[in-house]
Amino acid sequence: MSIDPKVSLRGLYKIFGARDKDVLPHVRDEGMGKEALLAEHAHVLGLQDINVDMQAGEITVVMGLSGSGKSTLIRHLNRLIDPTAGEVLVDGVDVMGLSEEALREVRQTKMSMVFQKFALLPHRTVLQNAAMALKVRGVDQPTRHAEARKWLDRVGLNGYEDRYPAQLSGGMQQRVGIARALTANTDIMLMDEAFSALDPLIRTDMQNLLLELQDELQKTIIFITHDLDEALKLADHLVILKDGAVVQQGEPQGILMHPSDPYIEDFVSDINRARVLRVKSVMGPLKGTDFAGDVDIRDNLESLIARSEGDTTLHYRVMDDGTPVGELHMRDLVKALVPRLSSTEAA
Amino acid sequence: MAFYDGLFNTLGLGDWCKGSESDAPMSMADLLAQSSGEEQTGAFFPFPSLDNLNESCPAILQSRDVTKGIEEGFLAAKPGLKAFLDPITQPLSWLLDGALWTFSATPWFIMIPILVAIAWFASRSVGVTVFVAFSIFLLGLVDHYEVAMQTLSIIFVCTGISVMLGVPIGIAMSKSDRLQRALVPVLDLLQTLPTFVYLIPLIFLFSVTESKLYGIAIILYAIVPVVRLTDLGIRLVDQDVIEAANAFGMNSRQKLISVELPLALPNIMAGINQTIMMSLAMVVIASLVSAPGLGVNVLRGIRNLELGVGIVAGIGIVLLAVILDRVSKAALSRVDMTRVKH
Repeated sequence: MSIDPKVSLRGLYKIFGARDKDVLPHVRDEGMGKEALLAEHAHVLGLQDINVDMQAGEITVVMGLSGSGKSTLIRHLNRLIDPTAGEVLVDGVDVMGLSEEALREVRQTKMSMVFQKFALLPHRTVLQNAAMALKVRGVDQPTRHAEARKWLDRVGLNGYEDRYPAQLSGGMQQRVGIARALTANTDIMLMDEAFSALDPLIRTDMQNLLLELQDELQKTIIFITHDLDEALKLADHLVILKDGAVVQQGEPQGILMHPSDPYIEDFVSDINRARVLRVKSVMGPLKGTDFAGDVDIRDNLESLIARSEGDTTLHYRVMDDGTPVGELHMRDLVKALVPRLSSTEAA
Repeated sequence: MAFYDGLFNTLGLGDWCKGSESDAPMSMADLLAQSSGEEQTGAFFPFPSLDNLNESCPAILQSRDVTKGIEEGFLAAKPGLKAFLDPITQPLSWLLDGALWTFSATPWFIMIPILVAIAWFASRSVGVTVFVAFSIFLLGLVDHYEVAMQTLSIIFVCTGISVMLGVPIGIAMSKSDRLQRALVPVLDLLQTLPTFVYLIPLIFLFSVTESKLYGIAIILYAIVPVVRLTDLGIRLVDQDVIEAANAFGMNSRQKLISVELPLALPNIMAGINQTIMMSLAMVVIASLVSAPGLGVNVLRGIRNLELGVGIVAGIGIVLLAVILDRVSKAALSRVDMTRVKH
């Protein structure tokens, strides 16, 4: 990789229990599994050998079922949880080596966090909540309130500044949570199941809001979710966790087209492939002529099916910012929609 | 011949027993036995109490030596304790005397409006305020205004000190599991110890003419709930919010002031309400050790069998209790408003 990752995790292990350091060799060197560790040493294996690079300006989504260690993982980035072994590098600096003072400095200026249960201060107004990070940093009140107002406006909470969190709906409370993180003006945003507590319609709204903001701000976002649709919608880089270990990571389209593991095949078999897959993943090199039309490389297949009205004989020219980069035949598109064999057998 | 003679002889302790023949004065039972001129025949199998063992073996202490020992130990420690405790508790005497003087020196036509105003600002409730004004008026009508004010002034001072000491202790307890483990038994003891028992060591330490004597007794008894509920309140603060505070880099002081204390406030207020009620309970009992106020009249009622005096004072205490409870509860629910929809 040419540019250094913004955040990277190197050989991260987390074992929960009083003697975590003592039992670490069993896991790291002898390959003891989660069940065996619990049965023989009464320690719980949280994370094992996590190596993930998170690039600046990208949304890295960490996905896994409950108990897979995803919330544990995100709390290592700002050391709300201390790892048993391994490195957490932020801008090339190992967070593990920081003094308490320096760690607080990093938490104040480099990362902000959005929580599943919003975690707003109930006795403070929306405006005061949004300005919280700046207040911690010692910014004077007019400045921090102006900044907080700006971001509250941006997330669509204009006019709610003087309400209390309990007076807002869940979706609006989470907007306050996002405004609070944005007001902190940090490069890195950690989002721990930020939309999981919201109902589906509002969740879609919030996902769109996040993508819109990301287009504009280019933050480094680490997003945790258990919802594959959400993961595929948001991710530039997708990391799939199972029992505390990374099963597969990479570009989401790639994972969808080439799942490396029956676990992931099962996972991806349930989703609407046409909505998630994009032209880029199924197009071929530019050869033919006589195209039925031009499509954008970022279009999803569902829109293309609608456009072709189900006619599988057509083929389209694929455009990327006005230049032709390949072609797509509707027959290939239909093939791409067929899930991989093993999972259909399983189903 | 006492029952346990055989035992000591078998154990080979006969010489040790006789070696230190006790010259302690005879017990009442011995005296009675002597005067009746016949050997007392004890029970068939007496309990091996100190007194019974002493009959067979004079080297063993008698029970009265135990109580005497405690008393002597206490008296021996008294000068040291007093030298240490006297200076640090002296301000309590000044405060109590000062408050008593202020409450009784302020004329009623100034004092009552002040109290009603306090009730209004604390509760913001018309009903509560009117009730407070009416109750004080009623107390004044039966010439109990002055004693009621004495009781009230003692409660103000003692509750204030309990909160000033109790909240920091509660905060420290919530931060340290070890301190909590150490203090909980002490708090349990303070709460279960019969209220009269508090007074015994205090009477020895301080003179009954000093107001700090009852001040200390009231504070020791009333401080418990505010300590407990501050500890509990801070421990119950939503961990998600604490995590958020950590994630945004708050230090422990910022966390305490802007997150933990505000979120624990409803619990702390409930503790203060309990502390006020317990001060009131104790101030009545403390009239035994010269605490002025309504309790004195209750005591007079008991001592002199003046039924009416006792009952009027008792009703006065109930009125005060209801006033204090309503005002502090109303203040509590006002504090709690930020948590519910409004």
